[in-house]
Formats: sequence, C-alpha cells, structure tokens
Amino acid sequence: MKFEGNAHRYGRDIDTDVIIPARYLTTTVPEELAKHCLEDLDPSFASKVEPGDILVAEENFGCGSSREHAPISIKAAGVSVVIAKSFARIFYRNSINIGLPIMECAEAVDGIKTGDRVAVDADTGTIKNLTTGEEFHAQPFPPFIQEIIEYGGLIPRTKAKLAKEQQAS
Amino acid sequence: MSRPMTIAEKILAAHAGLDEVVPGQLIECDLDLVLSNDVTAPIAIDECRKITDRVWDPDRVVMVPDHYTPAKDIKSAELSKRVRDFVREQGISHYWEVGKVGIEHALLPEQGVCVPGDLIIGADSHTCTYGALGCFSTGVGSTDAGVGLATGRAWFKVPESIKFEIDGELAPGVSGKDVILHIIGMIGVDGALYKAMEFTGSTIRSMSMDGRMTISNMAIEAGGKAGLIEVDDVTRAYVDPRKERDYVEYHSDPDAVYAAVYHIDATQIEPTVALPHLPSNTRPARACRDIDIDQVVIGSCTNGRIEDMRAAAEVLKGRTVDPRVRCIIIPATQQIERQCIEEGLTQIFLDANCAVSTPTCGPCLGGHMGCLAHGERAVTTTNRNFVGRMGDPTSEVILANPVVAAASAVAGHVALPEDLD
Ligand code: SF4
Repeated sequence: MKFEGNAHRYGRDIDTDVIIPARYLTTTVPEELAKHCLEDLDPSFASKVEPGDILVAEENFGCGSSREHAPISIKAAGVSVVIAKSFARIFYRNSINIGLPIMECAEAVDGIKTGDRVAVDADTGTIKNLTTGEEFHAQPFPPFIQEIIEYGGLIPRTKAKLAKEQQAS
Repeated sequence: MSRPMTIAEKILAAHAGLDEVVPGQLIECDLDLVLSNDVTAPIAIDECRKITDRVWDPDRVVMVPDHYTPAKDIKSAELSKRVRDFVREQGISHYWEVGKVGIEHALLPEQGVCVPGDLIIGADSHTCTYGALGCFSTGVGSTDAGVGLATGRAWFKVPESIKFEIDGELAPGVSGKDVILHIIGMIGVDGALYKAMEFTGSTIRSMSMDGRMTISNMAIEAGGKAGLIEVDDVTRAYVDPRKERDYVEYHSDPDAVYAAVYHIDATQIEPTVALPHLPSNTRPARACRDIDIDQVVIGSCTNGRIEDMRAAAEVLKGRTVDPRVRCIIIPATQQIERQCIEEGLTQIFLDANCAVSTPTCGPCLGGHMGCLAHGERAVTTTNRNFVGRMGDPTSEVILANPVVAAASAVAGHVALPEDLD
C-alpha cells in the first residue's frame, strides 16, 4: 500500500476525547463522525484535511477511551495513514482491526512538519518527506498483525479463518 | 516445570491452552466474558453480524447501557434500543435495564458476574477494573468486541508486567485514588504502555475491594493493559457470596520476571489532585487551594462505590455546598444507591444541597447530567481530565478523591476537610 499526502502534525498524548468528543458519540455513522474529527484539538482539521493526507503525532497517540469512533472518524475524514512515535494500546488494536494504516517511527515524526508533502510505502515501512527529501524507516509489523492488515481488518480475517476451519471439518 | 510467570502470564497461558507464555508472544485465547455498553455495543453488534447471526454464548455476553442512560435524547435512546433489541433477539442474560442498571465496572463485580482468573475483554477502556479481583480484563474497541461476540475468542500480545510494591499505612483522608494518582504522576500517562501493572504490598493487602477497584480502574490512565491484584482473603470474602461461577486463583511466582519493580512508601502519599489536562499532572491537594470551582461530581466507575459515598457523606454531614458550586452525586449502581438511602447518606447529601442522581456515567464523559459550560471548572472523582472531557473544550476538570471533592464543594475551591470549619 502506497500513500501520498500533506502532513498534519500534532503533539503527544492526543486522546480519543479530542479526536472525537463524547457529544458526538450518539452516532455511529462514519461520515458524521468525520465532520468532528480532532475538533477539540484543532477545530479547522475536518475542513482542511484532504483525501490521502497524513496525520503525524508524537508519543501515546489515541490514549484514553476505547471508542472505535476515534479511528473511524480519522479514516472517514480521508486520512491515509497515521505516523506517531507511539500509539496507545487500544487505539493501536482498533486501527489495525478496522484497516486504518498506522506506523511507529520517531525519526519520521521529528523530520516532518505540518504542510510537508509525505509519501509512504506501508509494505516496506518507508516514509519519505518529499518536501525535504529525507527518508525514514518504520518498524515493520509482526507477521500476525501484517496478516490482519492484508485481510483488510479483523472481521474479514476472522471470516476467512472460520471458513477455512469449516472446510477442514 | 514451566518458566516462572506473573498472574497476567498465567491467566493468558491458561486461556490459550498453553503451559507457558512469554512477553511479546502473540496468542489467541478463549474468553470468559465479552462486555460492551450503549456507546460501543451498537458498532460491536454490526461487526458481529458480519460474521454470524448468533453470539457465541448468550450467557457470556454482557451488555450494560450506562453511558447515556436514562436516555438523554432521541439519538441516545436509539443507541440503547439497538442494544436492547439485540439482547432480546439473542437471549443475552447479562443485561440490566434502567432501574436495575449501574455503571458497568461497579456493576459486574457487585453482581458476581466476573470472578478471579477470568479473561475478559470489554469495549470500554476501564474494563481493567476487574484486575482488582484477580482477573485479566482489558479494554478493546468495538471490532475486537464484535469478533468476541461472534467467536468467544480474541488475540493478545502477552504484555510484560510492572510490579508496584506499596507498603505502609495510608494517612487519614488518603485512599486508593491518591495511590493511583501518585503512581500515574510518577510514571506518566504512557508509563505502563502495553504493559500489565501488578499492585502488591501491605497497603494493598489492607485495602478493601472498593479501594482496590479504584486503583485497578485507572491502570489505563498510565497506558496499562491490565491492573492486577493478587487474590487474598479480602477478595474471597467479597467474591464468594456473590459469584456466579467457580473460579481459579492465579498467583505470581516469586521468581517471575518484571520489566520494572517500583517500591512506594504509602505513608508519604498525600491527598492528591490531577490538574488539567492529563491524569499525570498531579499535585498535593493542599497546594491547589487557590483554584476556584463551579462544579463537583462524586461518582463514576472510579469512585462511585459505597465507601466513596460514605467518605463524601462524612465531609458533607451538617454542612452545605458553597452557593457558587453545583455538587452532583451519582451512586454507581442501584444497590449502592439503595444503601445510600438506608444508611442515611442520601439524606446528608440532600441536606447539603447536592443533586443526587440515578446511576449513570453521565457527566464523567461529558454525556449528560452535568456538562460544563465555557470556561467552567470542576473537581471530580472521575478518571480523566482531558480537554473537553466533561463539556466545553475550554472547561477544566481536576481529578480528586471523594473526600477532597466533597470538601471542595463546601469550600468553593480545591480544599481538604481540615480547611472546613
Ligand atoms: S464512569 Fe466514566 S470512565 Fe467509567 S465507564 Fe462510565 S464514562 Fe467510562
């Protein structure tokens, strides 16, 4: 998977309450959630983000609540990939499970500013800042997680696995 | 002989059908319970339906409508309805309607639904609360919960464990909340990221289950995957009269390996608050007396249990809330609410001019029942003080224990009981 877009860079400990505040949790419609993505951190984010854009943040991105509405809103807002120094555990799982690509790479985060044009090759873990010409390499995922990503999320993987088990029995 | 293991490793190994596991290992486990609530269940149900028409075991599925109940508006009523319809269709036994429902993490232990040794996933980050009973319970998102509903299974990366040895007697007015805020202040909001926290030592052993649950509850605020406390006589005395199922006790081996061990002298812990906007932004409460407030909330899955109610009532007895402050008290379950009435606590709260609510998460997540307006500030016994957590993005939340919260309500600013006349 290859992505290219403009970077939007934020700080550390970006929590799921600012990604999607509770006042919008009475809906589960992705397009509705997307309209309020990151609203309490940067009210202009939803209007300026363009399809393919890349979200960049420091440590502990997505901490707090388990609300899957958070990665859903980011994905539906058109963000192609989130690059952070580290992710909170539940957000990490949720992103993999719903097929929102995420990458851990501290050097890339330090080497990217808001507005930079960034190209990502998720298969090789290569992150290129096209504005500065710098190139970074993210940690590859363990094969098990790679497999979930390749299926497009946990639901398709579970379905495929169950079908295989049924065939075998 | 398998390798020495921690409680977390033993529970995960047992549920993966393995003799031993090592940190970092990716495993698939059988689950004892799959939990979700009125916010997360609707998505989990949709995901489950993509896999199957029937849940894996209607007796091991737990759905608790607690966040926006009693329904705050039409949209939240629809969410609850989606959950209720599914529960009826599937014959799910662990569901509580308004009038019986309470905040999930107070309700499940109280009703004996979770028991020691369980492996539990919950589509709610504070599922880690049941670690106080010796369960490995952890928060997940709705897709994990949906797959759990469909298959009774989940994948885990075996976490490293961090041990917190807390010894010594807590000073009067200091409780579980101060212990966990102290720890989060010490290690930071990602200090236990991807790790299981294990709390032990004489302070923990002499603590009631209510206090222990407050500690395990906030493991997630340090990034922890679980917050485990070993089963002892206090646990057994709590669990045995209410348990729905028999249970297995797991104890860490003396030579188990930890990523880190912290020794904490409990006698040094003071009443602690966390200032906006991170739970790690801790200060001694006595150093924050100049901070004026508009609202106090005493409740939530962190501090809405009977001991918390008693502690708040002791401060509020014979006093009234400062006229500039709204004090909202929310017992976490119907049983606790009933106990508050029977013990005369509710009377004390009403006499003190507090609003006493039916059990709900409500203001804790800025849902309803006391959201904050522009620029307002609250002292609360909840667990998160992120930007906008309790209402307007410019509002502020200060986390505290129930005694400090009650004293602050009377004083109109952050206060300790000794500040009141
Ligand atoms: S009381 Fe607050 S933290 Fe606890 S489950 Fe409810 S919303 Fe979440």
